[in-house]
Amino acid sequence: MGEILPALLAGTFQTVVISVLASTLALVFAFFAALARISAWRTSRILSAIYIEFFRGTSLIVQLFWLFFVLPQFGVSLAPLTVAVLGIALNYGAYGAEVIRGAILGVPSGQREAAEAIGLSKGQTMLLVVLPQAAIIAIPSWGNLLIQLIKATSITSLITISELTFRAYQLNQLTFRTGQIFGVVLVIYYLLSSLVVFGTRSLERWAKRGQLGETT
Amino acid sequence: MSEPIWDWTSAGEAAGPILDAASLTLLAGLLSFGLALVLGLIWAVGKRARFGIVRVVTTSVTEFIRRTPPLIQLYVAFFLLPEVGVVLAPLATGVLTLGLHFSTYIAEVYRGGIESVGRGQWDAGASLGLTRTRTLFSVILPQALPPIVPALGNYLIIMFKETPLLSAIAVLEMLERAKIIGSYSFRYTEPITEVGLIFLALSLVSAAGIRYLEHRLWRGRRTAPSGKRISSGE
Repeated sequence: MGEILPALLAGTFQTVVISVLASTLALVFAFFAALARISAWRTSRILSAIYIEFFRGTSLIVQLFWLFFVLPQFGVSLAPLTVAVLGIALNYGAYGAEVIRGAILGVPSGQREAAEAIGLSKGQTMLLVVLPQAAIIAIPSWGNLLIQLIKATSITSLITISELTFRAYQLNQLTFRTGQIFGVVLVIYYLLSSLVVFGTRSLERWAKRGQLGETT
Repeated sequence: MSEPIWDWTSAGEAAGPILDAASLTLLAGLLSFGLALVLGLIWAVGKRARFGIVRVVTTSVTEFIRRTPPLIQLYVAFFLLPEVGVVLAPLATGVLTLGLHFSTYIAEVYRGGIESVGRGQWDAGASLGLTRTRTLFSVILPQALPPIVPALGNYLIIMFKETPLLSAIAVLEMLERAKIIGSYSFRYTEPITEVGLIFLALSLVSAAGIRYLEHRLWRGRRTAPSGKRISSGE
């Protein structure tokens, strides 16, 4: 156990780094794609729809291989870690865009009308009235996406990123202590996901503080 | 860099073998979906079991499977099963693992469907002297299943898209085939792009199919809500 643990912990650190970077970037992509999807400007709606359908229509693993093998053909050579973060962020940004769009549309229209009635501009209405309420609606789904994202980082091992899964695979080839290695790895992923579940629930409670009525 | 970005000759040469492998992708997707449908129902029923211990065990097992990556589960099945004497073809290992992983998601879909059937239906079954199992299969499920067909269909699409994971354990599906073609022709662009396009086409077409299904189901429900069906003599 003493010899496999350091390598697995180093891999865990890499997994956490990729997850944090990719989820932050995915949030940015999702936010802009969602706004573009509901914008009044037709071209932006179409472009956003193409982005979302394209990345949801093919799986992350195919996208990662494509970025990894095909981008260099176009003369774009990115470090494998950059490919991993970018690929995951593009993929989950597309799923996240639908979550954010749903949340924005889920804010009752009376809120917009009220904002207009007190003379807020469109930008102010979005920023001060709609988004804070949409955020509360989006938190649970976003938490689910984050768990999916953490699990998906394991796929980056297939494009030679030395995160947790990669380290486990390597150790297994070296030591053949399959049960021990993958047992520990399963527990680590379980703990990471559970951390997100706990974080999401706490955040949800915090965001809903002081809200009247619903206590679900 | 005198090579063209896209070479039609390589694209043509890669297309045949990849389309061949598409049948394996379809097979793997369908088989694991079938397994997930069966296992998912078992989990869903287990989570509602009368005995607390069954509920706790089912819930913890499914949560553990849901919170760990399918790729690791594939490796566990691939490397560990032979050690305990179970030797399966890679395809079978892949189907079992994907089916098991997604059954934990499908269990939630079933649960939603079962809970949407009114409590009175259970009472009605009991008052007719049916056992709980009999009520579940003859009364509850026939009402719970139709509304969740679109959601189940979505999982079928999701599972098709996950089949390239099986390339990690050398199942010769489309992505694995594309990688092999790339490794001897040194051109990855065409085969991998083709795999992507096939998946895109597959999921766009099936998503349209599910929207149609949803539309029909919804129409069916609007014209035949619970009470009216009896009065219209059906």
